[in-house]
Amino acid sequence: MPDQPQLKTKAEAAKNKAAAIGIDLDLSGYRHALEPHQLMAETDLCALPQDEQRSLLMAGVDVSGKDRGGTFIMKDSSTVHCSVKQEGIEVLPIRQALEHHAWVRDYYWKLVQVDADKYTAAAELDLHDGYVIRAKKGSKTIYPIQACLYMDQNNIQQNVHNIIVAEEGSELHIISGCATSPHLERGLHVGVSEFYVHKNAKLSFTMIHNWSDGVAVRPRSVAQVEEGGLFLSNYVCMKPVTSLQMYPTCHLVGPGAVGRFYSILVGSPTSDIDMGGRVILNHPGCRAEVVSRAITNGGKIMARGHLVGNAPGIKAHLECRGLILHGGAMLAVPQLDGFTDGVEMSHEAAVGKIAQDEINYLMARGLNEDEATATIVRGFLSVDIPGLPTQLQAEIDKAVNATDAEGM
Amino acid sequence: MLLIEDLQVELAGKPLLKHIDLEIKPGETHILFGPNGSGKTSLLMTLMGMPGYEVKAGRIMFKGQDITRMPIHERARLGLAMAFQRPPTIHGLKSRQMVSICAGGRELDVDDMARQVNFDGFLDRDVNAGLSGGEIKRSELLQLMAQDADLMLFDEPESGVDLENMHLVGETIAHLLQKNAEVILNNGKHSIAERRRERNKMGLIITHTGYILDYLEADAGHVLFGGVLSCASNPREILRCIGQNGYEECVACMMPGAPHPLEQAARV
Repeated sequence: MPDQPQLKTKAEAAKNKAAAIGIDLDLSGYRHALEPHQLMAETDLCALPQDEQRSLLMAGVDVSGKDRGGTFIMKDSSTVHCSVKQEGIEVLPIRQALEHHAWVRDYYWKLVQVDADKYTAAAELDLHDGYVIRAKKGSKTIYPIQACLYMDQNNIQQNVHNIIVAEEGSELHIISGCATSPHLERGLHVGVSEFYVHKNAKLSFTMIHNWSDGVAVRPRSVAQVEEGGLFLSNYVCMKPVTSLQMYPTCHLVGPGAVGRFYSILVGSPTSDIDMGGRVILNHPGCRAEVVSRAITNGGKIMARGHLVGNAPGIKAHLECRGLILHGGAMLAVPQLDGFTDGVEMSHEAAVGKIAQDEINYLMARGLNEDEATATIVRGFLSVDIPGLPTQLQAEIDKAVNATDAEGM
Repeated sequence: MLLIEDLQVELAGKPLLKHIDLEIKPGETHILFGPNGSGKTSLLMTLMGMPGYEVKAGRIMFKGQDITRMPIHERARLGLAMAFQRPPTIHGLKSRQMVSICAGGRELDVDDMARQVNFDGFLDRDVNAGLSGGEIKRSELLQLMAQDADLMLFDEPESGVDLENMHLVGETIAHLLQKNAEVILNNGKHSIAERRRERNKMGLIITHTGYILDYLEADAGHVLFGGVLSCASNPREILRCIGQNGYEECVACMMPGAPHPLEQAARV
């Protein structure tokens, strides 16, 4: 059992500590005392106002639970729904899980440092809730588990901690949607996530974020993948967000482990996005890929990528591609660190504009200039993600296609 | 009908095409010869309306409309299409989607159409990504099939095509231009003469090798030399002449009494 008071002490010491990168947010400006929400049954979810349902659906969350193996919904600081349909899968609110299930403590704050910065500290000192999802040994999910973190009350700071465990030989797919209510003007989402992929397990985690102008987001995620395991993380953010900074890390701690990050970002004129992916390859045969596609639309986007090769026979590739549309700034910062003979790492970064010859080519096929541009933009953002169930790829494609590409 | 009158075109301030006159009637296919750099591709690009090719004088009439200043997509929608020699790669756009775009909302069986040009294995690849020269040709032909245009411009459709696929490419172009044997020798009710009159597709094909002439009967051949178009009736004869004497001599012999082509190019 870890020393709980020690976590609190460390968090307390870090509660004003600025993050290593990204805009430093003043947390005192957000509301912390939040009105709780009632638990909702599936039928209540289906009775949510249409505009809220639409926000959720845009983030890949279907309140009917159709084609989903389980559902977790947190609204502001309260878990409002938690259900699971599939055998071998557990979905629990984390506060409840910490109280009743000793095993959860084995995973709590074991990958993310509680005193990393003021955001991790806040998630410990004032934890609202979050989910624990575990796929038991050998179990395979047929349908993805959906999790939704919803912000409804204005100017709140939502503190979330999630733990995801794929036990040996299991296969788990999660779609995690974040969304804000249509009337929310300002807010901060702090989300700590710890991913444990045990031996030969496969975990895909697809985040579709549907934030709004005025919202700041600080996810803090670390994954650990054992021998023969696969961690696949997809991040899609097509809607405006005022400030987003995340740099998830994946530690490959067994031979043949694989970590892959894909991110698709579309900024807005007021956005400041600092997004990265880091994979540390510690054993022979480990593989990694970090791919990002970003469009500025007038805002600022920093796309980072970092690969660390610590063992011979590893192979890793980094790819950042950015388009600057309507001004703004696009910064690509790829970093490769090789620490031994026999590593194979590469990167490819490109920042540019839409090529005129591609527009002309499509126009020669009958599209007008706006249609041609939108087609190229959608193509730029569409990434084939190997290993992702078609249903989840379809969710990503849907989010990409729903962008107002005509307006670019 | 395509009617080009006294067309003068510059690219980056440099004159490329000088006083071009050309007429292609419905049902006709014309062949365009000329050495590298003579302006053949520029003529096609100008007809398609590609930016950079600045029309300084003259005009282009297509189906009775002056399209000289018309945007590319409007020309395409009017029935003008081009098979590009080096089309760009479009990442994230599948060939399948591209073919649908070409169809402009018309329903078509993309898979079936792709099989006809041996391209069905590439439909789920990004447009032109990693394709060989011959594969690009077949991709372009597939797009033209879907476009169902009235005037088709082909920029060296044989280049990079292996012998095995040359037959396929040749037959497909002939079919697109209604110049294939089935169309002419169709044992239907009409006489051959009637069927010939019914043909309405028009083509302009750039070729160096003339292989395409093995697959279709072209109506006229032209040689573009130094931005000047000289006209002749029989494309096979031009090809033979070029093969024996070179472009320069060939152009000179085609315009008896006219100044030497180099002089003429310098004069205009």
